[in-house]
Amino acid sequence: MSSTKYILGLFDDPDEMMNGIDNLQRNSVPIYDVYTPMPIHGIEAKLGIKESRLGYAAFMFGCLGGTIVFSMICYMLVLDWPMNIGGKMHFAVPDFIPITFEWTVLFTAFGMTGTFFFATHLFPGRAPRVMDLRATNDRFVIAIDAKGNIPHDDITNLLKQSGAVEVKHNDRKYVSYE
Amino acid sequence: MASHNESIIREPLITGKDITYAKITEDILSPVENKPNKAWWIGFTVASLGALLWVFAVSYTFWYGIGAWGLNKTVGWAWDITGFVWWVGIGHAGTLISAVLLLFRQNWRNSINRSAEAMTIFAVICAATYIVAHMGRPWLAYFSLPLPNQYGSLWVNFNSPLVWDVFAISTYFSVSLVFWYTGLLPDIATIRDRAKGLRRRIYSIMSFGWSGSVKTWQRFETVSLILAGISTPLVLSVHTIVSMDFATSLEPGWHTTIFPPYFVAGAIFSGFAMVQTLLLVTRKVLGLENYITMFHIESMNKIILLTGSIVGVAYLTEFFIAYYSGSEYEQYTFLNRFIGPYWWAGCMMYGCNVLMTQLMWFKKVRTNIPIAWALSIIVNIGMWFERFVIIVVSLHRDYIPSSWAMFYPSWIDVSVFIGSIGVFFTLFLLFIRVLPSIAMAEVKLLLKSASEQAKKKLIDEGHVEESQAEFYKESLTKFDSVEIADYEKV
Repeated sequence: MSSTKYILGLFDDPDEMMNGIDNLQRNSVPIYDVYTPMPIHGIEAKLGIKESRLGYAAFMFGCLGGTIVFSMICYMLVLDWPMNIGGKMHFAVPDFIPITFEWTVLFTAFGMTGTFFFATHLFPGRAPRVMDLRATNDRFVIAIDAKGNIPHDDITNLLKQSGAVEVKHNDRKYVSYE
Repeated sequence: MASHNESIIREPLITGKDITYAKITEDILSPVENKPNKAWWIGFTVASLGALLWVFAVSYTFWYGIGAWGLNKTVGWAWDITGFVWWVGIGHAGTLISAVLLLFRQNWRNSINRSAEAMTIFAVICAATYIVAHMGRPWLAYFSLPLPNQYGSLWVNFNSPLVWDVFAISTYFSVSLVFWYTGLLPDIATIRDRAKGLRRRIYSIMSFGWSGSVKTWQRFETVSLILAGISTPLVLSVHTIVSMDFATSLEPGWHTTIFPPYFVAGAIFSGFAMVQTLLLVTRKVLGLENYITMFHIESMNKIILLTGSIVGVAYLTEFFIAYYSGSEYEQYTFLNRFIGPYWWAGCMMYGCNVLMTQLMWFKKVRTNIPIAWALSIIVNIGMWFERFVIIVVSLHRDYIPSSWAMFYPSWIDVSVFIGSIGVFFTLFLLFIRVLPSIAMAEVKLLLKSASEQAKKKLIDEGHVEESQAEFYKESLTKFDSVEIADYEKV
């Protein structure tokens, strides 16, 4: 029984890595995750990752921000302390537009980015879950859960055939805790 | 697929031979991972002396009050607001590059967006220091916020453009910061994974635990796109609102409907000039000629030419409207810019901004680095004088001749301004030491499609039409980082 936990295929070219994904999937090898130094379009479709719903979150946060500040201004300038400015009406909507717009943008930005950090588990001080240190530099890494995916040599061969420059059999899931 | 071949007639965005993903990382991180050189130390020493001058001048202002400045009853707004508008305007280019050019899919933004955005943030910080400094009693700054209080509650007047400005600038600063930092996460992770010991600890905290997995990247791209989408109207709104600080008043020279677009164009104009000033030096000192190429420089010069011309048209429109309005106060204000005691400021404004930038029509000028650098500084001087002319020259002679007065800056005024430049450069120099000055992940995206070596390979393999290849080689002659001799053999 080998102690391998994860098999990593390291590629130095994104196109070859895409081949690698295809090759593994043709042979019914499930892929755990893929780590790349830059966004590669088309992986999410291959791995069956659904489209992000952050856009909806952004829209809702925007609506919230606009509503909050518009209601706030109306309460302050119309209901709580209406001021007579040259006899003009208190409910001066055009004057309220700039700040309503600013807070719509503010809430969208902070709400959406906060949701992104929350959903992706990003926060200052989080231990980075890195499988290979070069995945943020110049290696495109396909990770395969070794458990149940046997024989390991076949997977190694598949990765090598697709153009992997290196195949690693790691005993630990993440290297970055060292 | 991850990459495709780009049309050969497009100029390359990355030049140089044998560029690999690893080399991009090495090249861009070399100032971060190595000890600073002499040029940096000299720059940093001068800049921090400037920053100290700022600390002194602002402390002096707080101690003795606004009376330390050259203001008087007629000119109650002068040097501080000039500096404020100048800095906010400079900030605009960063957002334009990172947001608007992203929406337009202009890939050349990839290698300049990071430092331009950093510049935005530092410029807005400098602008904010003027707001705090001009309050006189900065510990009461919270009076500008609608907080419940014991006077009723007496709320802030949301009808006032100055209150809009509080909201606009603070939103602009914080959204730019979020945009910038989110974009930095993958690059900080790169530094983290190459570092050892304490450095790794620090960058690990700063990287938020970025791993580069598929889902992270997918969401990251969604976030970048939406942030770009909302930053675009935001950046336009900010200088619109800044211009309304003036345009909603009844002062001749200020009371103009053209101000919002005129200010926005001027802001982008001065911002690109400042980006040019910084990047031409940074590229040389940090050896980034392969990533910030002549194409980038020329593109920015074209934007400077375009926005400079828009500003020129706005100037002409102002003069025409002053004449056409039939209002003698308005007409006098514009005549006064040339025949009044501040005629030299008017000449600096129109000369630097309109006449000098028209030189950019010539390709020789646009692609000449020393001239482009000198012009970028001239533009910034011109844009400072534009704000000075609009603010001080309009104020010093308004409706009642008996209240006419002159404004002379005190040495504290001058020190606050020079000091804020010191603060800006101190922050920028620290930035290029500790964070990558080019967005590595985004530049890596271009390597297989838009780099010189990828295009050369296409030519060598004979995949391109002869005439198009000739056109491409012709366009390479302006690059200072391309060995033209390599193409002779082909």
